[in-house]
Amino acid sequence: MTVLCLLETDAGGGAADASMRALAVAGALAASAGEDLAAAWFGPVDAVDRGPLAAAGVARGWAIWPDELSGYAPLAWARALAGLASAGSSGSAAGPPGDGGPVSAVVAAATDHGNEVLAHLGAISGLPMAANCVSAARTGPGECRLVRQRWAGSLLEDAVLETPLALLTVATDAVGDPDAVGDPAAGIGVERYEAELADGDLLVRAAESQQRRSGVSLASARVVVGGGRGVGGPDGFAALEELAGLLGAAVGVSRVVTSEGWRPHRQQVGQTGTKITPELYLACGISGAIQHMAGCQGAKTIVAINTDAGAPIVAKADYAVIGDLHEVIPALVAALRERQA
Amino acid sequence: MEICVCVKRVPMVGGSIAVTADGLDVDVTMSGFTVSPHEECAVEEAVQITGRLGGSVTVLTLGPPEAAGQLRDMLALGASRGVLLQTDGAEWGPVGTAAAIADAVRDGGYELLLFGNEAADTGGYQVPVRVAHLLGLPCVTGIKRLEFGAEGGDEGGDGPPRILAGREYRGTEEVFEVALPAVVSVKEGINLPRYPSLPGRLRAKRAVIETIEPSFEPDGLRKERLRVPAGSSKRAQVLGSGPDAVPALVGLLDELGILS
Repeated sequence: MTVLCLLETDAGGGAADASMRALAVAGALAASAGEDLAAAWFGPVDAVDRGPLAAAGVARGWAIWPDELSGYAPLAWARALAGLASAGSSGSAAGPPGDGGPVSAVVAAATDHGNEVLAHLGAISGLPMAANCVSAARTGPGECRLVRQRWAGSLLEDAVLETPLALLTVATDAVGDPDAVGDPAAGIGVERYEAELADGDLLVRAAESQQRRSGVSLASARVVVGGGRGVGGPDGFAALEELAGLLGAAVGVSRVVTSEGWRPHRQQVGQTGTKITPELYLACGISGAIQHMAGCQGAKTIVAINTDAGAPIVAKADYAVIGDLHEVIPALVAALRERQA
Repeated sequence: MEICVCVKRVPMVGGSIAVTADGLDVDVTMSGFTVSPHEECAVEEAVQITGRLGGSVTVLTLGPPEAAGQLRDMLALGASRGVLLQTDGAEWGPVGTAAAIADAVRDGGYELLLFGNEAADTGGYQVPVRVAHLLGLPCVTGIKRLEFGAEGGDEGGDGPPRILAGREYRGTEEVFEVALPAVVSVKEGINLPRYPSLPGRLRAKRAVIETIEPSFEPDGLRKERLRVPAGSSKRAQVLGSGPDAVPALVGLLDELGILS
């Protein structure tokens, strides 16, 4: 049997970071049952570097075409994966998708695309889909045990998934990159898979706007400076922007800041905003509600600046400065400028 | 424009979240209930759309009898009809939920079915997509910008009305053009939900909630236990108080490699 992992590709060539983490969970699921690991992507055969895939234990790659699928079309992508997943099973003309035989699971990163495509795949196939998993292992034919996030990761659910084809997405803020289990120099076979689409599968297709936001992206920033109610109002963010500039950081905010209209919603860190995974999150004047912490639990180190030593954030951060951000941040900015001089 | 918005009753959580002794549910003894934040935005969007184009907004939920309270909260925001798919309080999976919703809205004459992108509690990310498949409708998810053609349809054209739906994806906006009727799930940020007005509250209080009792369908995903992740109740190391803590803070940033 084979575990098949969907890879989203980066414009720069290669699999997206989130997809590599999904591959880590897919690889562990395959290893738990002695199954093969295969990867599939939409685009040309050479759209993904083979070295990192081989290192992650991928035995075979599938580049899905026709070319019109390289633009995002959720239902068509799901139809193609459904075809690939059923290839090699009885009654199918196509060969098995991996040397290990038919597909037992399809795994994707829990991105907007991954969740959407696997939801369509679940609907097409009439099977359950488990979103935001952090681990999965096979416990028997048609049965997996898995751990998945609830409340965007504020709670974990231990669950059993009973289905002939397991459909999982992986919460990529909560898992690491794949272990090097294979030899990156070992070649992997990549084949083209021609998808058979049904009428209407391409009715919903994404057109990407050309407008790309400038500045450091919140989702991929190495450092994030966060501001909450304690910032006091829209004007209070100038100091945070200045600090962010010095640290090469993106500015993030809590939900109350966007619902008050102080900053745009795209800067919101949290369960209903952006999930961040920086090396450092400097949370200033943020109380640390569940909703917010769900968005920053992937930060390696959290430093809180808060007037209230009893605030929930102080119990959840790694380090804290107890004090008024309006005094601490200017002093920090001055110290950093002095250091630079 | 007849719009149905599907919402879910979820506990209102603040600074912490706890699990019941049997490990099967969130401990709600100290919390109230609300609807998932994305869904509040879906209701706001629907009320704005019908405000511009005419028509009415139905809100629908699947849940225990108490979920009528959340329907009334949404009626107070401007929805005009509430439908409760009443359960005994047991948790329904996404497959069964989608089937019950599809059955309830199939003959409703809705041009737009709005959902939140994912429920705040279970985070299944799939009920809108499954409903769309059951009804044979196109579906777009995670939407943060929704625009209608002039007067809600093609100008002078005979085709069905179309919508433009945009969402953020890795630093750009993906835009989908879809013919109605359609299923759209939205995310917080698409609008800023209003607060209920006093007349709205009074109207909602008197409104009759229609109740349907769907039959339960078990899902292939079986919850065994909920738990709080390990390490979520550590205690921060305090670097100091006020500006006096800045040297220690700079030292930490240096140690973490942030300043190099």
